[in-house]
Amino acid sequence: MHMADALLSPAVGGTFWAGTIGTIGYASKRLSARLDDRTVPLMGVLGAFIFTSQMINFTIPGTGSSGHLGGGMILAALLGPHAAFLVMSSVLTVQALFFADGGLLALGCNIWNLGIYPCFVAYPLIYKPLAGDGRSARRVLLASMAGGIVGLQMGAFSVVLQTLLSGKTELPFGTFALMMQPVHLAIGIVEGFVTAGVIGYVRASRPEILDGAASSAPLAAGISLRNVIVGFIALAVVAGGALSWFASAHPDGLERSVEKVTGKGELPGRGHGIPAALKSVQERTAFLPGYGFKPAAGAPKEKKQEIPAWPNVDAGTSLSGLIGGVLVLAVAFGIGWAVRALRGKDAA
Amino acid sequence: MSHHLLEFKDVRFRYPDGTEALKGVSFLITHGESVGIVGANGAGKSTVLLHTNGHLLPTSGAVTVGEVPLRKETRQEIRRKVGVVFQNPDDQLFMPTVFDDVAFGPLNLGLPPDRVRERVHDALRQVNSLAVLDKPPHHLSGGEKSAVAIATVIAMKPDILVMDEPAASLDPKSRRSVIGLLNSFAHSKIVASHDLDLILDVCARCLVIRDGAIIADGPAPEILSDATLLAENNLELPLTLQGRPAWRGTCR
Amino acid sequence: MSLEAAYSGIGRLDRLSYRDTVVHRLDPRAKVVATLLFVVVVVSFPKYEVLSLLPFFLFPVLIGALGGIPAGFIAKKVVAVSPFAVFVGIFNPLIDPATVAIAPGVAVSAGWVSFASILVKFALTISAALLLIATTSFPGICRGLRRLGLPALFVSQLLFLYRYLFVLVEEAMRVVRARDMRSFGKGSTGVRVFVRIVGTLFLRTVERAERIYGAMLARGFRGDLPSMRREALRPSDAVFVLAAGGFFALCRFVPVPQRIGSLLQGLAG
Repeated sequence: MHMADALLSPAVGGTFWAGTIGTIGYASKRLSARLDDRTVPLMGVLGAFIFTSQMINFTIPGTGSSGHLGGGMILAALLGPHAAFLVMSSVLTVQALFFADGGLLALGCNIWNLGIYPCFVAYPLIYKPLAGDGRSARRVLLASMAGGIVGLQMGAFSVVLQTLLSGKTELPFGTFALMMQPVHLAIGIVEGFVTAGVIGYVRASRPEILDGAASSAPLAAGISLRNVIVGFIALAVVAGGALSWFASAHPDGLERSVEKVTGKGELPGRGHGIPAALKSVQERTAFLPGYGFKPAAGAPKEKKQEIPAWPNVDAGTSLSGLIGGVLVLAVAFGIGWAVRALRGKDAA
Repeated sequence: MSHHLLEFKDVRFRYPDGTEALKGVSFLITHGESVGIVGANGAGKSTVLLHTNGHLLPTSGAVTVGEVPLRKETRQEIRRKVGVVFQNPDDQLFMPTVFDDVAFGPLNLGLPPDRVRERVHDALRQVNSLAVLDKPPHHLSGGEKSAVAIATVIAMKPDILVMDEPAASLDPKSRRSVIGLLNSFAHSKIVASHDLDLILDVCARCLVIRDGAIIADGPAPEILSDATLLAENNLELPLTLQGRPAWRGTCR
Repeated sequence: MSLEAAYSGIGRLDRLSYRDTVVHRLDPRAKVVATLLFVVVVVSFPKYEVLSLLPFFLFPVLIGALGGIPAGFIAKKVVAVSPFAVFVGIFNPLIDPATVAIAPGVAVSAGWVSFASILVKFALTISAALLLIATTSFPGICRGLRRLGLPALFVSQLLFLYRYLFVLVEEAMRVVRARDMRSFGKGSTGVRVFVRIVGTLFLRTVERAERIYGAMLARGFRGDLPSMRREALRPSDAVFVLAAGGFFALCRFVPVPQRIGSLLQGLAG
């Protein structure tokens, strides 16, 4: 599933965008160094192929629900992880723009969830070792399924984390995870089947495509599980640190100044909530995190003070807010209508 | 200065899978000629065309363009002299806009931006497609795409224009327009096609290929009115020479 | 959504993006920056904020109006992609136990407020993204991204993707239509047929890539995609970004609806 802007906070969205852009830059650089001329048009056209394939739905036998092809694994098998990642990023970008799949801030998260895990984790660590030279159909099926499942599980879990860290929803971690993971397990199994099917089809018709790919896109020498894990831990530490820094340095001040300006009264929870929540994983899972800090069950007293937005049921403020809100909307849409009417007169 | 523009000397070609596509093809083309190549499917027409710009290299024999013999190292040079328009315009128009596509060749030739702009405008004007300058290729109709595909090649000002089925899948009006275009070009031309009427309208000379060898070479009107020869090659007389009787009465 | 329906949706957006209006003429970089700024500011509002978000509607409304983008078209697309956000957000009213008064005498679960906030943010951010592509051709966006610093390799293949997207979808529609005509109403595609369709498309795609490469070589390609455009930023672009940014900042830190409401109440009473 794709992340949506409305569920994200700027800090989380921004961090993942930074990670995505960094990886795009890294992958581009690695690829440029030993690029075959014909690869760029091939990548582009394969991207169009993946995009097109994702538009075709098929029914999953037994469930009646529809599924579709992820594509990361096939791309990686053909082009290698770096090129595959760039292609997946492109497909997601086009989908974000033309289909409004999630939004522009969420695109950074989506590229991370649906690109990094399949191409840089599932493919090199799961698919390639299992599939070997790709000649045994059984091994390819096993590898595709394992890789598909792992990639999707990581992606789904990422969505849960990103949503939670952003704190716009009340969904507890446990519930959300319990909804996302099993569904994506099923999707992963199906995708594995389909991926293996397509690879098998290609091998039967034009094996030289896969063989040529395997030799021209070797895995980076020396990629070991240990290195990858270390890399990810490092990334997580940096991201966590960045988030905390951001949270402690700014939102406090931001929220305070907002409070001063809007005169919304005491919001004692807020100042503590954000940096504390982000610094401690425990707190995050124990309390529902986010700007609108929610206390745990055992603190009813705090609860009353924590109701943000309209803490003191000041009827006057609320009513004026409502009136102003309606007026603002009317003005905004009125301007739009007027402009359209004027443009209509000029034709074209 | 060679009198000959393009020369094939006993060219043989075998595909990697073993198929012998060309079994000793020889012909000469001089400046200003327009030559048609006809033959049954699989006879070797496309293979010959793919040799003219070095897309394929002969297994044995020699291809010479002007003074330059075709070798791996000389391919770039030869591609400046020989412009090939392939069958499917969608494969040839791969840039975001028509302008970018037509400018692609001149830019690769190393021309400065203002010269490139000149070439683009000239080429599009020659094919009557200046109006679609800023459009993306997928917004063009089939006829427009074919015309622009031709423009992308003539913008490089090649000595010789090589075309593979230029009017396939075009509607009659666009087809007539392409014929008019080809006749207006001063370039030397090689046109491979099943559309014998087009060949008749555009080419003065005609080659017939069968099983990888040239079995006839002569003035187009002569070759294309030889019904026996054509039949032997899975071809028919051009429609304009078939003299269909006026239709009357009902079908039975 | 059927393949045909999805394709015509993209086609319409694509054609809209090539029109010529004052918004279309703005530099892609300016539009990308302004839209991203918009999204970040909207999303930075706290969980329970709804009213202060309302002034932000002016941005998509104005862009859409000046750009001649049909409002209904955008609205329909926003609704069409809302399920995930609605699905996640609907838990808010169910789980959030706090109650809040939103008008004199009217109290609801705070969860409804945060759910409303999600919906409003969703409508704002999605419509802004759609309007970006509706008023900027995709190649324009790519050029803008390139000028903003994204790697050339990435942008080049992104342009190829866009170029052949429509070609491939049309090809896919032909293949799927052929399948439809031979399946005598058995319904939608099973896995086996899907694999065959996708496999066929894949092979055709690879062959097409070979032909494209051949065409590129024939016109002198030697590895570097040439480019010529040197579009400079104009004052109108800077004005646009600054004005938009200023408006966003104003509405972020000043509770405009409340102020206006108080003003009116002051005048009335």
